[in-house]
Order: sequence, then C-alpha cells, then structure tokens
Amino acid sequence: MRPFTRHTGIIATLDRSNVDTDAIIPKQFLKSTKRTGYGPSAFFDWRYTADGEPDPGFELNQHRFEGRSILVARNNFGCGSSREHAVWALVQDGYRAVISPWKEVSGKRLPAFADIFQTNTTKNGMLAIELSEAEVDTIFKLVAANKGLQATVDLNTQQVTIHAPKAVSFQFEIDTGAKEQLLNGLDDIALTLQDEAKITQFESSHETWLPG
Amino acid sequence: MGKTLFDKIWDAHTVRALPDGGALLYIDRHLVHEVTSPQAFEGLRLAGRQVRRPDLSFGTMDHNVPTTDDRMEIRDPISRAQVDAMRTNCRAFGIRLYDLGDEHQGIVHMIGPELGLTLPGLTIVCGDSHTSTHGAFGALAFGIGTSEVEHVLVTQSLVQRKPNTYKVEFTGRLAPHVFSKDMVLKLIGTIGTAGGAGHVLEYCGETIRALSMEARMSICNMSIEGGARAGLIAPDETTFDYIATGDRPFAPKGEHLEEAIAHWRTLPSDADARFDQTTTIDSSRIKPQVTWGTNPGMVIDIDQPVPGPGEAYGYSRTDVENALAYMGLAPGTRLTDVAVDVVFIGSCTNARIEDLRLAAAILEGRQKADNVELLVVPGSMQVRRQAEAEGLDRIFKAAGAQWRNAGCSMCLGMNPDQLRPQQRCASTSNRNFEGRQGKGGRTHLVSPEMAAAAAVAGKFVDIRKWLEA
Repeated sequence: MRPFTRHTGIIATLDRSNVDTDAIIPKQFLKSTKRTGYGPSAFFDWRYTADGEPDPGFELNQHRFEGRSILVARNNFGCGSSREHAVWALVQDGYRAVISPWKEVSGKRLPAFADIFQTNTTKNGMLAIELSEAEVDTIFKLVAANKGLQATVDLNTQQVTIHAPKAVSFQFEIDTGAKEQLLNGLDDIALTLQDEAKITQFESSHETWLPG
Repeated sequence: MGKTLFDKIWDAHTVRALPDGGALLYIDRHLVHEVTSPQAFEGLRLAGRQVRRPDLSFGTMDHNVPTTDDRMEIRDPISRAQVDAMRTNCRAFGIRLYDLGDEHQGIVHMIGPELGLTLPGLTIVCGDSHTSTHGAFGALAFGIGTSEVEHVLVTQSLVQRKPNTYKVEFTGRLAPHVFSKDMVLKLIGTIGTAGGAGHVLEYCGETIRALSMEARMSICNMSIEGGARAGLIAPDETTFDYIATGDRPFAPKGEHLEEAIAHWRTLPSDADARFDQTTTIDSSRIKPQVTWGTNPGMVIDIDQPVPGPGEAYGYSRTDVENALAYMGLAPGTRLTDVAVDVVFIGSCTNARIEDLRLAAAILEGRQKADNVELLVVPGSMQVRRQAEAEGLDRIFKAAGAQWRNAGCSMCLGMNPDQLRPQQRCASTSNRNFEGRQGKGGRTHLVSPEMAAAAAVAGKFVDIRKWLEA
C-alpha cells in the first residue's frame, strides 16, 4: 500500500452533506472485476451530462479546481453501500485526502465519515480527516476567495495547513492504528499473519455451531 | 457491571486485544457475493495466499444477476464475466457456492438465515453493508470493504475498532398497517443517517419482542441507513423456533441444538449493562412512513406535507433544496397526491415470505393501475417456491405484476431492472439515494403494504384510510 506521510495539493470543495458511495461510484461500474480504471467515473452522475460531456454545473468540474488532490465536503461523507470501489475511484481520480466535518446534533457528536468508508480509505493509503464544522466552513470560505488554494496535510503532526494569504492550521485526531498503517504503508494481512499461531489456538477451542 | 449482548459477542471472539481498545476478532461466517469479491480473490492469487477456512465461507450470486425467467444466459458480457469469475474463484478456493439455478440461490442476507448459517452469538461479515440484517438473530454482523474481504479470506479474522453501544427501545404496540419497516424509518428520521455511526445498535422493548424473525430482519437490515454498521436483537424463543423449524441444513440439530440454545440463553444484555447512548420510541404513535428526499432520514408520516428548506430537522437548506429538486417535489406537497410510475416489491429489506403475503393480501382481487409497472422480486428461490406453494404468484400475476426470480434487482439496479430518468418508484427497498435505482430515478421507501396499495391506486395512499374507503 502507498504510504501517506505528508501531502501538499490543491483543495476542491463539494458543498454537499451525506454524500453516499452510490453517488461517488454508481452501480454500473461495479461490474468490473479489476481494482483499477475507476478514476474517470468518480461522481459519474453529477460529473457528466447525458451526452457524456463534463457538466459545467457540477462544482468539482470548475477549472479553478484543476489538478486538485484534496477534497473537502460536508458531514457523513461516504455513507451507504460498503463498496470499496468508491475509495478506488477517488484515489484513482487523484485525491489523496478528504476532509469532512463532524456534526453536533442535540449535544451529540456525529462522525464526519461513515464507518465502512473510513476503513476503506485507510486500506488504500487515503487520509480521511475529521475537522469541526467551523473549521470546514473556514476552508470553504478560503477556497471560494482564493483560486488554486493549496493545503498541506501532515499526518505525523496531525495538522492541516491552508496556504491562504494568511496561513491557517488545524489539528486533527486519528486512530493510532490507522495512523501507523498509513505512515508505513503496511500490508495488514501480513501483520495479522504474524498472529497466525494465536488464531490457530483460538480456533482449537472455539465453537462455530456448524454441524460436524 | 453487567455486559451487553454486544460485549459478550465481542469478548468471545477476541483473538487478541489491541492496545487502542480494538481487537483482532475471529469471524464465524463469511458470506461472499460476486460484486465485492473478485478483487479480493485476485489479491490472494497475486500474494500466493490461500483461504484459511473455506468451510466458513459461503457464496451466492445476487447483485448483478437478471431476475427474468431467461436469466441463465446473461446477455450483458461484463455482468457475465463477473458471474463467471465468482464461479471460478469459488471452485479454485473450495468455497461452497449457491449459483444461479441452485434451489438456495438468493440475496446473500436472505439465504444466510434460511440455510441456518445465521445463528445467535456469531460474528458474520460480508462485503455488503446490509450484513446488519443478521443481527436480528443476536449475531454481530456487519458489512466490510473488499480489502477486508481479502483479510477475512486469508486470516478468518478482522482488526476492528471497538464500537460504542446504543440501546434503541421500542415501547407499546404497533397500530394496524404499521410494520417494522415503519419503525426503522421512524428511527432513522429521528436520529438521522449518521445518528448511529460508530455504534452498534441494540433494539429492544416490547414491540421488538412481539415481532417475527422476518420483521426483526427488516429493522436490523436498515441499521446501516442510520449510520450503524451493526444492529442487534437479543435471541429469544422466537429466534430459537425459527432456527429449529424448516429445512436449515447448517443449523444445529438434536442435542447439539439443545446445547446451542442453552448457550444462546446466556447472550442477552445483563440487566445492569450500560449503553453509551439510549433512545426510546413509542411504537403506538408510529404512522405509515414514506421518504420524500434522497436519503432514508428524509422521511415523513404519510399524512404529513413534504417539508421545505429549513423545515427538515437535521438538514441544511441546501440539503433540502437539492433533494426536492432531484425528487421533483415542491414543499407542502401531500404525497397522497403524487403519482407513481413503478412499484418495486423486493430487496433484502422486504422480500421475505411475510412481506409477500402482506403485499398479496392488498393485491388480491385488485388490479394495478394501468400506468404503473409492478415488479415483485422474491429475495430467494426458497421464498419464491414458498410463495408459489401458497398461490401468491397467481395473485401477483392476476393483479398485473411481473413475478420474478431471486436477486437484488431494482434495489440497486445493477442488473437490467432499473428506473428510467424521472420515473417515480414506491419501493420496499432500503436506499432512496440519487440514482440508486437508475440514473435520475426517484425512490420513495415504504412498507410492502404501502407499496402494493400505491400500485393499485397509481399514487401514494394512506393505507389506513384507503382500506376503509
């Protein structure tokens, strides 16, 4: 897996909440048996007109976002279907990191990313960064005001720096396991296989209730 | 302090506890389908790895298969290649496959319980988010991505963060013509589509206890639509009866079953168990639900008007504007004034025999409206045979419905069963996302009774009033 340590790139904003994985990669592209070739189909239904041309009305098609590699959207990004194809599509479309805000509803903090999507990002060397709603609002405003605005994402220091005329930085939290996996580009199957003896031992006394 | 049902399953499957509170969890059942597995098998081949426990993995074809009677010859070459790859992979790695043409073929979350694979206290995973369905038996069951599918194939285990627990209590009795589908839609409307994220839900209370296994499965199925990767219901006599009856080749039998039931009785959450969150819903006040927007949290009672920007709790003005524009609806609209083009009765949410009986009871002696296309897709071939034995297929066909073979069908429209742009569908499925049932298609999620009635009326109806009229 490609490690993630530090990345600088252009930010693109998508002003939508609850972006589901059906929207990120529609069903017709799930017929493939390959892991590659999904990039041009990311956000397909929003991205292209009925004639297959880029839809000028879709935010991410704006020229100002050309060459972007950091996606910023609203809360509950990646909800719905477990399809890892959604992450493959984003990575293959050039995104290295996605930023989304947690949301506070009735005093409870709802996570920025859907659980399965977040796991899938880690498995593919993509960083999912959770910030507050106020911080994400700030990024949206700065991107609107500054064409080609860049950010640097540093996983070691857990910091996002927005390179606006007056630079701003935000700290983010990340699960220690996910951080280690991303920083080192670890093959997690190989890691688990180091515990093979433990798995075998567990199996020897574990009841699965299948008929003998 | 006591343990929750979730804690008990988690602890019993921990191969190794991890320093950050997570665990390497043992997986008892791995269900595999044709869409999310080929890249995992390819990974195995590239790394020269084997499937550790092919006897704990079970495959079927569901997402990508046609449901018409001529489906043994798949015309779409890309779909055919994927189905062929599933056959090759299962053969090469020694995994049992319920292929097209097999009497047990069906939606993966239908056949697990039918075959007796789904049992209380197990860990069950599948590369499909609706794996939460199996939680109805008191199994910890959740959807995984393809990288995790590969991980389970090789190691029969998964590294997991420990989720929080969320108790959802339903009190009181359901009113007539209100079903478990309405309960779960009401819940999602209340907590929002991210309300359960990071949590495992445990559904409890007298309403849940009174539900059949099939109705319980419809609720657990849509846990993911509330953001929760898994939903659980404690096993009870209803659960044990389901497992003990019928032809379930993989269920324990005789003394083995007695032993299993004795163990399963120890699983329910202890009286003094603590949950991280709790919500209580009065079931007696739930009315038939219908979604108006583009995610399952955008839901109203059938007698409420469609909300406008600023009127939908938990959604921004932009969210509501986008949803209304896509759905072609104006604020204040009564859905009982809105015509439907297609009615889909199917999916892992509502295509079990009880669902078909409810739909058939509405359709018996009635005709679908002329301009409506009505599709009835049983969730498994076993359900199809049962329905035919009960004569339900004749009722559906007499009402003008298409009676199909088992598969996911128009729930996600990977196969030829799709909506055309702007077509409006009353659907018993689980997701009303933009484009879900076909690009530009407009989905409204409802119960099987509400869907069947919409097919007859040619528009949404308040089932309670419509049946009286």
